[in-house]
Amino acid sequence: MDKVRIVRHPQRVCLKDILENVYDNYTEIGGQGEYSIDPSMIIARAYITRNVGKKTYKQPVMVIGQEKGHGEEFRNGGSVKPWGNAKALEYMKVAETENIPIHSYIFTPGSYPVEDYPGAAQQIARNIYAMAGIKVPVVAVISEGGSGGAEAIGLADTRIMLSHGYYSVISPEGAAAIEGRSSASRKASGKLVENCARQLKITARDNLEMGYVDRIVQEPPLGARPDHFEFYRKLRQEVILATDEIILSIRGVKLFRAIALRKLNNPKIYVRWSLSTKSKERLVWRRYQKYRGLSRWAFEDSSTGFQRFKNFALETGWSIYSFLRYEFFGRHQRAITHLAEDVQGEVHALMDRVTHRFSSLFKKLPGVKKDREDVCQLTTLSTWEAGMSWNEHCRYVSPQANQDKTLTCPNSRKSNCLDLWAPDLFGDFAGVCSHCGHHFPMEYEWYLFNIFDSRSIREFNAPIEASNPLEFDGLTHKLDKAKKQTGHKSACMTFEAKIKGIQVVVAMLLARFRGGSVGAAEGEKFIRAAEQARRKHMPFLAYVHGTAGIRIQEGTNGLLQMPRCTLSVRRYLESGGLYLVVYDTNSYAGPLASFLGCSPYQFAIRSANIGFAGPGVIRETTGLDIPPNYHKSFQALSRGHIQGIWDRREIRNNLHHALMTMGGEFLYYR
Amino acid sequence: MIDTISILNEIKQAPYKEITISAPHSGRIEFAVDQIGTRVKGASGTWFERPGTLLARLVREGNPKPVYAPENGEVVKFHDVNDREFVQAGTPLMTIRHFLTKQEVMDIILKKALHLFNAPEKGRYYFVAEIDAKIKSQGLRSVSVKEGDEVLILSRMKRETTIPYHGPQGIIYTSYFNSNESVEMGAPLFGVCPEDQVKDIKAVIDKIQSGWEEQE
Repeated sequence: MDKVRIVRHPQRVCLKDILENVYDNYTEIGGQGEYSIDPSMIIARAYITRNVGKKTYKQPVMVIGQEKGHGEEFRNGGSVKPWGNAKALEYMKVAETENIPIHSYIFTPGSYPVEDYPGAAQQIARNIYAMAGIKVPVVAVISEGGSGGAEAIGLADTRIMLSHGYYSVISPEGAAAIEGRSSASRKASGKLVENCARQLKITARDNLEMGYVDRIVQEPPLGARPDHFEFYRKLRQEVILATDEIILSIRGVKLFRAIALRKLNNPKIYVRWSLSTKSKERLVWRRYQKYRGLSRWAFEDSSTGFQRFKNFALETGWSIYSFLRYEFFGRHQRAITHLAEDVQGEVHALMDRVTHRFSSLFKKLPGVKKDREDVCQLTTLSTWEAGMSWNEHCRYVSPQANQDKTLTCPNSRKSNCLDLWAPDLFGDFAGVCSHCGHHFPMEYEWYLFNIFDSRSIREFNAPIEASNPLEFDGLTHKLDKAKKQTGHKSACMTFEAKIKGIQVVVAMLLARFRGGSVGAAEGEKFIRAAEQARRKHMPFLAYVHGTAGIRIQEGTNGLLQMPRCTLSVRRYLESGGLYLVVYDTNSYAGPLASFLGCSPYQFAIRSANIGFAGPGVIRETTGLDIPPNYHKSFQALSRGHIQGIWDRREIRNNLHHALMTMGGEFLYYR
Repeated sequence: MIDTISILNEIKQAPYKEITISAPHSGRIEFAVDQIGTRVKGASGTWFERPGTLLARLVREGNPKPVYAPENGEVVKFHDVNDREFVQAGTPLMTIRHFLTKQEVMDIILKKALHLFNAPEKGRYYFVAEIDAKIKSQGLRSVSVKEGDEVLILSRMKRETTIPYHGPQGIIYTSYFNSNESVEMGAPLFGVCPEDQVKDIKAVIDKIQSGWEEQE
């Protein structure tokens, strides 16, 4: 907790000091003091001068980071608003165009949780998604890395941490408030805050041990201050070294320089910081691999050796099949098909005119009967669409329907809804108020039975189990309880299923398992599901029955799932996949601000709540009172966060329709 | 002519209104408040999103529906209903005494003393140019209106209609609308009082503003 106090000290070094002292010259872009779209986010074009041999090189960089300032009110403590993050994203793209590295400096306690367009979560998701594929080296320096705000500019190839900094999924006070179930009127005790800070393992040393940062820059004993010039010298050395390392690790000619970098403390070498096309591809692939390998120790996998071997064999088999079917034969087949289509089109155009001329002559002959097909269509009965008949196996009775009582619709005062009898509401009406259309929450099982074709669900990776990597007090017990209650080993269920015959891979976040929070196990399952969808060339559906955010008790292990899952989703999308997200009940925080929010097709079930932070958190952090309908799906739709709202009773048809209309030519399920 | 002073004195005699809480529908009543003299609070929050004090639960078909206090006040009477007894819809349960606030007293007096001109249909309203110019230069109470005068313009869906005034002759004492906000049909637009009463009404209102003591 002392480290947190040091980090928040008004005299602590800030980004402006770093720009002055680490870089040789800089121009701030889009801001002058408080006159900026968001003064808590600073963008600057800077350069570093290097003297190697007799030559002097000026190497340009894009510096992006949060600015806490030295107590200036308008800096908002480094809490960036959505438009500040949008500005950062814009200049990341500029850096990509100019082919110069990005140095990002993270000085934020967390993002400012307002939902103004495009919404805090949505903007962070856009940033992470873009950074997942950005084709220039990114070096992040973390001083205060709080939650989503940090991740918005933190998906880097190398992460350096200041020795007195902290990097965490949530501030210790926030964690204590959740743990102690305290409210604005009843603050968590100092002891609990202290305890949470210790258990969350937020310090630089902890994060280095867990592998989430690559190296630490030592600060003076009470933290770096604006006049600690020795610290700036060290930091300058480290950022140059990190950038050089990234470049050399992906460049062809590097032998002696790579050795010099590894062996010498301050090598006098020159590395050009722009990249060739091939190197850029290697850089993105290396970034994917780096994050894919993180936090693998933070969950349990109870599958046997045989199962693992079987899975490995199947995955390899599918990869080979996929390569042969879609890459090797598929490419030629596509070329032939396209040619055949063109030829067919030409022939059709020619023959159509000829046959038309002949048929009109033929019809004029006496004794030839006219075509009566249109009359037949009007007079005969239509037939049922295949698969529309009611299937007995689909029946699922919600436990809520087994109560002999009535319920009041929350909109009854406004819409004069009559009371609803539970067996009717949850048994026949699919939990939808028959007067105003309010959707009561239903269990995830209802969706399993009513969306997917009967007996088509095949679960995979079920043995991956949520664990307690930080040994947080009480989490093991809570997880055991959730496992017993739900029969699942984590909050994410991954399976293959069919919707009206279309095979899809589904990752489902279950609200009943610790609020659907995402930890290392859930992240891993999500990534594996995306990989499976990519391997098998199937659409990927993320069905969010509910998520409360990242599981805070897993600390950085949970937070890391934001970039990890986004990287895998991006890889899937870039290989031509269709990624659909459907939100139900309540969906908040980290997952929304990363791998769910980055989908181009997000839909919500009516009456769902969608947002970055809940009303209580917004009130506490910003002091703003928000209207009761702030997070409702219709608000999210008008803000542009989601692309549509579906009625629960129509969800199967809507999903099928979406799959049929949004599936591009790169999807192979047809 | 309305005697505003005597209305105010009448209110002063009993500076509260009594609200009878009745059962909204039939069911078994379970009281959450059972003491006379209990202080209760009405709905609060910017959007009145926080409900008032829970007074009772009315259980019907296993569905316990809460009955909340509509206003701030004090429970003064329990009607002849026992706890956990079945009640029919409309049965009085308890009476809450709500002490009037300054604004409420002023509203009561103005409602009685003024003739309210209501919105004939939904839309945005503003005064016609001559009246608007007069209000801006000399104040609201400088405008005198009589039956048939064109006072307002109704603007809705790019359509602008002039609205004539109906009612007794007098001067505009107060207006209740903003020209940039849509007004619902039937909502009051402005209040008119006879010219000779303006002084009296103003005196009473000033008296309330300075002298009324709000009770909790």
